[in-house]
Order: sequence, then C-alpha cells, then structure tokens
Amino acid sequence: MTEKKIRILVAKPGLDSHDRGAKVVARALRDSGMEVIYTGLRQTPEQIVETVLQEDVDVLGLSILSGAHMTHFPKIMNLMKQKDLKDVLVFAGGIIPEEDIEPLQKLGIREIFGPGTPTETVIDFVKKNVQKSR
Amino acid sequence: MAVASQIVTSLLQGNRRAVAKAITHVEDRTSEAEKITALLYPHTGKAQVIGITGSGGVGKSTLIEKLVRELRRGGKTVGVIAVDPTSPFSGGAFLGDRIRMQDLSTDEGVFIRSMATRNNPGGLARATMDTVRILDASGKDIILIETVGAGQSEVDIIKIAPTVVVVLAPGFGDAIQAIKAGIMEIGDIFVINKSDREGADKAVINIRAMLQLGTQRGKWMPPIVKTTATTGAGVSELLEKIGEHREYLSTGEASQRQRRIVREEFEEAIKRKTAEHILNALQKEGELDNLISKLLAKEIDPMSAAEEVLNRILTRSKRR
Amino acid sequence: MTAQEERDKVIKEQERWGETTVPSWLKRHPERKKKFHNTSELPIRRLYTPADTKNISYLRDIGFPGESPFTRGVHATMYRGRLWTMRQFSGFGTAEQTNKRFKYLLKEGETGLSIAFDYPTIMGYDSDDPMSIGEVGRCGVAIASLKDFETLFDGIPLDKVTTSMTINGPAAMLLAMYITVGDKQGVPYAVLGGTTQNDLLKEFFAQKLCIFPPRPSVKLVTDIVEFCTSNLPRWNPISVSGYHIREAGSNALQELAFTIYDGISYVEAALERGLEVDEFAPRLSFFFASHNDLFEEIAKFRAARRLWARLMKDRFHARKARSMWMRMHVQTSGCTLTANQPLNNIIRVTIQSLAAILGGTQSLHTNSHDEALCLPSEKAVRIALRIQQILAHESGVPNTIDPAGGSYYVETLTNQLEEKAMDYIDKIDSMGGVYEAIERGFFQKEIADSAYKYQKEIDGNERTLVSVNKYCIEEPECPIELLRVDPAVEEQQISRLEKLRRARNKTKVKQALSKLHDEADKNSNLMPTIIETVKAYATLGEICSVLRGVYGEYKELIVI
Repeated sequence: MTEKKIRILVAKPGLDSHDRGAKVVARALRDSGMEVIYTGLRQTPEQIVETVLQEDVDVLGLSILSGAHMTHFPKIMNLMKQKDLKDVLVFAGGIIPEEDIEPLQKLGIREIFGPGTPTETVIDFVKKNVQKSR
Repeated sequence: MAVASQIVTSLLQGNRRAVAKAITHVEDRTSEAEKITALLYPHTGKAQVIGITGSGGVGKSTLIEKLVRELRRGGKTVGVIAVDPTSPFSGGAFLGDRIRMQDLSTDEGVFIRSMATRNNPGGLARATMDTVRILDASGKDIILIETVGAGQSEVDIIKIAPTVVVVLAPGFGDAIQAIKAGIMEIGDIFVINKSDREGADKAVINIRAMLQLGTQRGKWMPPIVKTTATTGAGVSELLEKIGEHREYLSTGEASQRQRRIVREEFEEAIKRKTAEHILNALQKEGELDNLISKLLAKEIDPMSAAEEVLNRILTRSKRR
Repeated sequence: MTAQEERDKVIKEQERWGETTVPSWLKRHPERKKKFHNTSELPIRRLYTPADTKNISYLRDIGFPGESPFTRGVHATMYRGRLWTMRQFSGFGTAEQTNKRFKYLLKEGETGLSIAFDYPTIMGYDSDDPMSIGEVGRCGVAIASLKDFETLFDGIPLDKVTTSMTINGPAAMLLAMYITVGDKQGVPYAVLGGTTQNDLLKEFFAQKLCIFPPRPSVKLVTDIVEFCTSNLPRWNPISVSGYHIREAGSNALQELAFTIYDGISYVEAALERGLEVDEFAPRLSFFFASHNDLFEEIAKFRAARRLWARLMKDRFHARKARSMWMRMHVQTSGCTLTANQPLNNIIRVTIQSLAAILGGTQSLHTNSHDEALCLPSEKAVRIALRIQQILAHESGVPNTIDPAGGSYYVETLTNQLEEKAMDYIDKIDSMGGVYEAIERGFFQKEIADSAYKYQKEIDGNERTLVSVNKYCIEEPECPIELLRVDPAVEEQQISRLEKLRRARNKTKVKQALSKLHDEADKNSNLMPTIIETVKAYATLGEICSVLRGVYGEYKELIVI
C-alpha cells in the first residue's frame, strides 16, 4: 500500500531576508496536504541543491526579492543538472521583472509567481505538474 | 528487483542520491521498499543509533548541530533523521528542524533527512526504522534521530534507538509533566539545555531526585548533563556520556534490550503482514464489504468475525 | 439642556435610530458585508457618536499639541511651523551612483537624506565576500569601507543636511563612518544631525537582518545610545521600528504594541547601563508604516504618541517633556503595492501619506509606484516626492493641527488601539520580557498568523485588492522603464577593495582590529574603538568578523 505525499522544498537563496511570502506559501502548501521543508534564510546554491538531493523532494520553490535572481537561479539550475535532479519541478516567486521570466524558464524554472498570486494558484500548479515517478 | 538492487548497490558504496531514493521508497512504501530493506538488512548493525527527544523549544536541533560538528571533528560520519508531526487535519507537515543544521548540508560526511510522522502514533514515522538501516548500511558511523516527545505517547523512540537522550530546558515544558509523560522512563541520558537560563541547577536537582525514585533499568544510572547548545557548552560531556552508554550496551544486560527491540520489530512485522495479507484476500474475494455489513447489522461481533476469517484462511492454506 | 443631558439624549436617539430608521433601510439595501472590521480585528461600527466618546476627557486624553499626552502632536505648532521632512529612502549600485541620486532628490525638493544599503553591507560582508556574490549594489548602495562612504557624501555638506541610515547590525560602523566624514569636512560632532535605525530587537522577529545574538546586539545598540548621549546631541541613536513588523505581516495593533515594547526594552537597557532617562530619551525616535485603512492608521499614530508619553512618565518616571515625545518617521507600505497595474500604486501611496500627515508624522518617505517590480527609477521617485509636495502645499491639510482629532470615530479608535496595545504589553511583561518572547517565538507566531490570515482573506475574496483579485486586466499595462543595477558594480567594488587593501597602512588596521577584539571581550563601549578601526580603513567585513568571533552569529527561530 503506497502512501505518497508531495515533498516540497521552499528555499531562500542569497542574502534576501524577506520571508513573509515564503512562509505564507509554505503554510498554504502544508495545509493542502504537502510535506514542506524550509531551508531558512541565506542559503547558497550549493546548500539548496544538496538539500534537494538529500530530502529527495519532488518540488523546489525559490523565493527572492533582492534582485539577485539572475545570479543565484542559473547557479542553482546548473547544479541541479550536474547532480541529475532534472525531474524535480522548480518554480520561483518574489520580485522578478517580466523580462527575466523567459530566460529563467529557459533554464528550467517552470513558473514564476509574481506578487499578488493567490496561494491556490501555487498549490494547483504543484499538484498538476509534480512528477511522482517512482 | 532490478531497481531495488541498483539502489542498494549504489547506496552501499555511499552514493547519496541512492540513499535519498531508498529513503523515499521506504517512506512511500512502494513495491520496491521491502526488497530494498531485505537486501540491506545484512549490512546493518554497525552504526550507533541515538534518539534525541524533548518538548518543542528545548533546543534539540541546535544541540544536534553542535553534536554533529563535534563528531565530525572526531572523524565520524553522521546521519540525522528529523521527525516532525503530520497535521491530522490536512495530512501535510512543516519540516523545519533542518534549518538549524543547514550549515552542515554541504558536508559530505553528514546526511540529513526530514521526515513527517504521517499520522503514525508514537512520535516517529513508520519508515524511521528502515531509514536508520539505510543510513547504517550506507556507512554512517552515528545516526541521530530527532523526535518531539511532547506527550504521553511519543515514546516509540525506545523501539529504535538503544540510546535515548531526553532534552529538557528550564521554563520549556514542565519537569513534573515529564513524569506523567513517561519521558523519565525512556531516558538513558538527560540533558538540561539552555543551562544559562535561571532554574537550570534546580532542574538538575529535580531530575536527579525523580530518577532516584523511579525504577532503575539494570546497572545504568542515567547521567544528567548541562548544555548550552547555542555556545556548545557541555556538548563534549554529552558525547562522552553517549560513548559510555555505547560501552554499557555491549554488556550482557544491555543485549537483552537489543533482543527485545528486534523481537518487537518482528512481532510488529508479523502483525502488519498478517493483517495486510488477510485484508487483501478478503478484499479480493469481495468478502470485506459483506463482513462490514454483517458487523453493522450486529449479526456477528468483530472478534468472532476475525476468528472465523482466520480459521477459514488457515484451513485453506493447510489444504494446499 | 446640560451637556450631560444632551449626551444622554444622543444615546437614546441613537438607539431609536438603530431600531427604526436603519432596519427599514436595511430591508431594501443590505450592507456590503456582514461584518466590518479593520486589520486590528476591531469591529467598525456603522456610526460613531458622542455615545462612543462619552468617557473621553479632552484634557486628560486628547490635550494640546506640544503638551502631554501629545495625542494631537509633539510640537506646539506642528506643520504650521515646519512641514514634515520629506526624506526618501534611496541607494543602489556604487557610492557615486547613490551620491548622484541624493543630489537629484535634494534638487527636486527632498529635505532630508536616507540611505539604503545593499545586503552585503547590512549583513557586515565586504563586497568581495563569497556571501556577497550577485548581491552587491542590488538593494542599496555598497559600502565596504570609509573610502566608499567618503564618495557617498562627496559634495554634500554634513552641516547642511540630516541623514537617516537604515542600518542595524553594523550600525556602529556606519555611524563611525558618518562622523569621520563629518570630521574630515570640518563639521563638529555636535552639529551632525541624523538617525541610525539601530533597532536590533525587531530584526529577530521581523526584518531578520541581525548578525549577532539578541543580548550582544542590544549591548551594541546601547553603546551607540551612550555614545550619542555624550557626543552627538543632534543624533537619534535609534529609530524604534514598526515598519518591518507590519511589512512582515502583522496588523496595525501588533505593529503598535510590538514597537512600543521594543522601545520599552531599549529604555530598560539604557537605564541598566547607568544612563538617566532624561539624558537619552529625548533622542529616541520611531518609525512606522502607513497602510491603506486611513482612519486605523491615523488612530494608530495618535495612540502611539499617547501610549509612549504615558509609559515614559508612569513606567520610567521621565520628567522632561522631551523625554515623552514620540517623534516618528513614516514610510508608506511596500507590501500593499501591486505589480499589476502599477500606476494605481500612486493612489495607494497618496492615501497612506495622507494618513501619516493626519497622524502627525515628523518625517515621511513615499514609495514609488514601480517598487513591486524593482528599485525606484528617477521618474517614479520624483512622482513619489510630488505626492508629498502636493499634499503639503495644495491640500490644505497641514494648515491646522490634528484635523482628525475630535472625530468620534478617530477618538474611539485611538482609545481602542491604545487599550489593546497595553494588553499586549502586559502580556509580554508577564512572559518575562522581550528576550523571552523572542525565544518562545511569541512575536513570530503573532506575525505569521496575521500574515496568513491576510492572505487567506485575499484568496477567499473577503478582502479586495484592486487589480489583484478584482478589476484585473488581461494584458499588462504599458511597460514601465525599470531601474536595473549594472552587474559591473560588483566587479568595480571588488577591484576597489583590492586597491584599498594594498594602499592602506596594514599595521594600523591590524592593531585597530586587535584592540576591538580586546575591548569586545572586556565588554566596554565599542564606539571609540570602532571609530579607530574605521579611520584606519579597516573594511566593514573585517570589523564585523572580529565581532562575529566574539559574539557568535544568530540563527533565527522559524514560525510559519
């Protein structure tokens, strides 16, 4: 009898300390029945990816409001590729200008949720797109 | 079989991805899970397994972080399993213990896994024992299990960890409550963390008094260690005591406990497998719904129904 | 009819109105909602009348501007004498770029400077530290040493401006840089005017930009208070902040109560240090957010002033009137800005500014409409400044003091907020004080619950956010020109640091840093030694590293 749950890592890369959104989303995801692991603040790309690996999460949510996403996200996605973590669903949220969305999607970040996104949207997106391939 | 043996082969070589995947299999109870644990079993038994329990807020995660650092300095490899409760309402869980240990996440000699109880009573997840085995087989010298020991029923840690460290802190969780909760009975080592706070010395005296009044298990008298996890004070002493308990465990008296742990696990496995087997059979025959209706209509009581089913299935297998 | 008789008649008539006129109207026109309440979860009545304010004594509770309990304002003539300071929080890229932005804003009419530092600076990392990669100059100006600071104030005379510095962990270092630059310009300490935010307590549960653990952090805060009390009579050593608490998700009541509690804790720390309350209290300042519920915000500011005045007198036995003043800076709320239809934010900022002005603030920052997308562009920040200028010169609002005072609604709300804030203060007192509350996650839980509730209200359409869950449009509006920080800034800073490290007197730096370590171990006031390290051109990272070694680093308690 299988007992699968969606395991998701919510991560805050870099020095950005605005965690209101990450915490609200984490709580909403938990309340929707998922197992949410939160890294806390000030994570390096290496720490985040290693956590993805050890926790074998299905989903990675990146939250950033500092404008440093074009430095940290490519690093994270590169490391994910190197460690063969391609089947993990990755999305992001925070302050990310429209023009950066396409380049980030090309890196493999499936969706970017801007300020004002309802939590239901994030939950639905995860449920629809997660690959629980075991 | 191919998936399971691939994972196990990789894991035995210390491949972290394989370790992570294996844990997911046992957590999700996939069809590969039992094969994996069966293949692993002969390779287990080398690691020292220590349970760390205590109410929320006493500083378990911070203490574990310091313990791991100290162990790493001594050249040991460490696995950490951090268990948190699943919400009975949503079925979800917030696994936040790792936050305190994140600086260790890129240390190759440390493997940290967060786990939700998934409504398993007793304070641990069903998969915790198997996860211990996975980390053991992958070569970890020490395995630390962090669990919340808040209530009366969160004492299953003794079924898995031969060494249980109970962490208390002055002002966090009433010491009197600890007696009621059964926590006093399960601790092999007691830690008063946040010992820079007022009331720490008093707590030591209280615990010592309670221990002297309580029933002693064999020759081991649980020591009480004062720590301040945020600074690391007392951590070396705690490790010393853990080492001493390991030595005690190799004595005859303690091996009785090991025997009991293994027996309990076996009994649990029999219960589980039997129930699964029988219920599956009933389900297949289409008999389960029938039986439930009979029970509701009071045509038969649950014990008698179970007896009937059991006799029928056992007779059937005898005939074969 | 006597006044008492009139009041009794009003109460009777209001009952009658509620039992006859209202229900017959409600039958045909139901109200928009079943329940109306504000963010503080206080119910909002249909109407406020003298019945609601019957227990208010004008002389005891409302009073006169410039006199206890200062409900109507800290100064006797308020904006008729002097308008609030228009102080726009700014900074990005290199010191040169920010210096340019400062001059632009001064030219456009801002009347005070306010520095936004980048994350590495805030966390005490040099621009070339591995933790700084990708972060240099992004959210504020990169300051790694006195050299950068000198560039920042090039051509800006420190005897002619006042400067607010939003800096907490490394506040002592940045203050040291400021006074050293002033020194080099020939400006005596006694003339320098400004503020260091230097409010570490709120970092532990709201802004999360602390470096050291709580007690050493408050020790450093008190070092600065002590130093300023003796040396910088025009400097506000702390800006006790509620802004970040509110932005982290608290409601108005929690913002009020937790800020005041932090203030109480700093007063206690200074008293423990041996300072007299009337010595330092006059220079404590405050910083609040201003959100969209106009009247709740006005009441909050008034309640804050009165509550602080009463606490200073009753709890701390302050005797000087100035010790009881709550002087405040207000910033319009960042988290209420929307990324969709961003021009609408100009209206939000206007409402929030109006609340701050009607609330009697001494200083105001208005957000730019593009700030849900990036740092403010020149055009956007100019409009933000114009909001203040139009309110100041065209609206007539500043022409009388506390015009909202006397409103049955505003006075009732002011009372309610003060009362409920006192309940919180009593609660935290009974918990054992601010350190206990932080360790138990009390503030964090209150904030997380409020933040989650707020989001659920929006998700469930109980709370309308224009352009977010109502009046949305399909196509995005015409793209605004966004400010982009040039990634070359990081390279520039790194090479500057290399140059600095080569050019400076290495022995002097080493000696100064070693002395700092010793003084920190001895627990003495570190300001003088920090000034020495800064003058020797030790970098910010080097100085903070010494203190990290002594105090350790803080790992936050997460409560979702």
